[in-house]
Amino acid sequence: MTDLPSLPLDRRSLIRGGAALALAQALPGWADTGTHGAAQGALSGETIALRIGDGHFATGGRSAHAISVNGGTPAPLIRLREGQDVNIAVTNRLKEDSSIHWHGLILPFQMDGVPGISFPGIAPGETFIYRFPVRQAGTYWYHSHSGMQEAMGLYGPIIIDPAGPDPVAYDREHVILLADWSSVHPHRLLQRLKQMGGYYNMQRQTLAGLLARKDQGLKDRIDWGAMRMDPTDISDVTGAVYSYLVNGMGTAENWTGLFAPGERVRLRIINASTMTNFNVRLPGLPMTMVQCDGQDVQPVETDEFQIGIAETYDVIVQPGEAKPYALIAEAIDRSGLVRATLAPQVGMAAPVPGRRARPLLGMKDMGMDMGGMDMGHDGVIDLSQPANDAMSGHAMKMRDKSVAPGVKMGPGVATLSPMPADRTADRPTGLEDVEHRVLTYADLRSLTPNSDLRTPTRSLDIHLTANMERYMWSFDGVKLSEGAEPIAFRHMERVRVTLINDTMMPHPIHLHGHFFELVTGEAAHNPRKHTVNVLPGGKLSFDLTADALGDWAFHCHMLMHMHAGMMRVVTVRHGEDAA
Amino acid sequence: MKALAFLLLAAAAPVQAQTMDHSQMDHGAMGHAMPAIDAAIPQGTPPPVPTDHAADALYDPAAMARARTAMIAEGGGMTYSQWMLDRLEYRAGKGADGYAWEGEGWIGGDINRFAVKSEGEGTFGGSLERAEVQALYSRAIDPWFNLQAGVRQDLGEGPDRSYAVIGIDGLAPYWFEVGAEAFLSSKGDAHLRLEASYDQRITQRLILQPAAEFNLAAQHVPELGIGAGPSDIELGLRLRYEIAREFAPYVGVRWERKLGDTADYARAAGERASATSLVIGLRAWF
Repeated sequence: MTDLPSLPLDRRSLIRGGAALALAQALPGWADTGTHGAAQGALSGETIALRIGDGHFATGGRSAHAISVNGGTPAPLIRLREGQDVNIAVTNRLKEDSSIHWHGLILPFQMDGVPGISFPGIAPGETFIYRFPVRQAGTYWYHSHSGMQEAMGLYGPIIIDPAGPDPVAYDREHVILLADWSSVHPHRLLQRLKQMGGYYNMQRQTLAGLLARKDQGLKDRIDWGAMRMDPTDISDVTGAVYSYLVNGMGTAENWTGLFAPGERVRLRIINASTMTNFNVRLPGLPMTMVQCDGQDVQPVETDEFQIGIAETYDVIVQPGEAKPYALIAEAIDRSGLVRATLAPQVGMAAPVPGRRARPLLGMKDMGMDMGGMDMGHDGVIDLSQPANDAMSGHAMKMRDKSVAPGVKMGPGVATLSPMPADRTADRPTGLEDVEHRVLTYADLRSLTPNSDLRTPTRSLDIHLTANMERYMWSFDGVKLSEGAEPIAFRHMERVRVTLINDTMMPHPIHLHGHFFELVTGEAAHNPRKHTVNVLPGGKLSFDLTADALGDWAFHCHMLMHMHAGMMRVVTVRHGEDAA
Repeated sequence: MKALAFLLLAAAAPVQAQTMDHSQMDHGAMGHAMPAIDAAIPQGTPPPVPTDHAADALYDPAAMARARTAMIAEGGGMTYSQWMLDRLEYRAGKGADGYAWEGEGWIGGDINRFAVKSEGEGTFGGSLERAEVQALYSRAIDPWFNLQAGVRQDLGEGPDRSYAVIGIDGLAPYWFEVGAEAFLSSKGDAHLRLEASYDQRITQRLILQPAAEFNLAAQHVPELGIGAGPSDIELGLRLRYEIAREFAPYVGVRWERKLGDTADYARAAGERASATSLVIGLRAWF
């Protein structure tokens, strides 16, 4: 194993030393700007030690207490090889319980790292040794599953090299770890949202905007107001309080990855954010997607894609000129962005594009799929068009219980999508009208045929439910804290799970311990994923083979949605006849 | 019992307004790409929910139970609070300048909360004319409205009455903040208070708030100077600037008018039945 070279400090010396503050912030070696590639500073081998401790983080002139691993924030890069065994000793030097969850790794449930489901957690001063065989290859990440520690910097990348030859050819690779960070404590952020759901939305519609003929017209504003729905409610926590980061660096710090012109550069892009879905592009440089959530996909070229929280995308870019290229990750509500640079040498900075106009949600985001009508994406809802068919006289109810018999209605369910559409082939939020290519889930096809092609024998609908005014988030109208029953599966059972988004926000939904195949087309090549971003007002289905015995977490990866109750325990047990 | 009838109306209003008329929509082109979701898959029977916890077999069950309790509580069961001084203002009009406050606080979860409300007014150099404090149990009854019940204690000039309170407050369609409270005093007199306000964002931080309050009484209460029927109305228009969401100075204008017998009581006591004042104040919360 290789440990980080420059960080002999422990928490005690950090806290005591008056001069220690100047030393306190440290980025891990892999995230060094001007890096030649992700190989630098990785922890690898069969035995790895991680120390979780207090830290300090600063960017863009703001700084705050953070959580560090081996002295750095974000955490070290762990690089493993498919087929090896690994022992990772995690020592908790915080004053509170901690944990590490290996996001996307297939492992025994007791090693999955979720306190209260997989294991009891790691008490202060204790060391827990995670032991598991490495059965897969690809780009993954890890993070704390305790409290809000992930939001305070406890996250890092994982690369697993394949046992055999890599199907992806590349000359160089860089890890691009996207994150959001606030100097305001995450518990305070959540408190503010509970007090005022729109607290951090500084891009709402205004009277000044109406007079300037921006956004919705008066009639649409009145129609939406009647439903108490806000078409600017795209993100809960925004650039008003967040700094956006690539590898721990903001735009000004300009993380730079080097390349030589003509090289095939593999970018391993991970969204380790607490609350931010990003739209990612490299202006002037097409991207070839080669992997998603660690699973190889058939190469497909695009110009921009949306990365939901906790998803990973590997892309190949081939910068031809000896000039700097910008990598832009823009928050989907366009409240902020971060620029990093790919450059032939250190010291070059690609230009920072201006933020594009804030998108407006439309009818489809409200769960009203009106067929081929092109509406909503530009925020224009024309209700004055002549009626011409069977929908005449029909009033669309936004809280009609009959569309979701499995949902428990109550104060936590403000709306139900009356006509949710399968949106896997839709461009994601904010990218509906951009003039270049945009990746959709329907473009992803697994590289090799999927192993389980059985038709599911059972189906299960799960509604993603919310009330933004009270900042309540739940599945099927029930918060985890309300005594929600686990979602039970039989071992090796194949089930079609349909997620129906009854909210106006995309939700990255993560199932621990499994991959599922997103139903987009031909079953043999449906993309395999561990986290799937369900677009507003829409639905999607995945086929799950419940092949991992034990108890697992299932939740929205917007950390504050999870903490508001959008979470369940999933159980996988031998079937009744096998008992 | 007008009060109860109003409460029922208030509760029913949001349900009605949750519909959106689509009769005018163009549904001509229904030929969009249909999803791959296959309705042919049977719903099937889910397995029974296990009664055990898998990790209990591998770790100390007591430690697991503690961690599980914490995990479940963190999944939506946490307690929050908000303490808001909605108005703290200086009033300048004819006669002595005055002051007033109005605030509300709550602590609890998403559904059940303990709430306190307070409001009052007085004149500089004079006395505290009117003040009240309410302690309420508040329960979310639908996505936007809370039902509240508790007690109110009056302070200040005149008899310090105690009341039982039942009320409703919340967010009506079109983003109106509305509230209705019915009071029954320990002397048996009944009163109703209706309030509404609207935040019109001019910019992201500059907000114009029209507000109205209307009071009714079921009977004459001479010792409080209140006549039966509509007793007073108050209209306000306040322009605030949110330096931060939780810190917003404002300026505005306010007009109040005592009505009917209440106005007569006021005139008999040598007071004016109506008053207009300019206000400057602060809205702050944490």
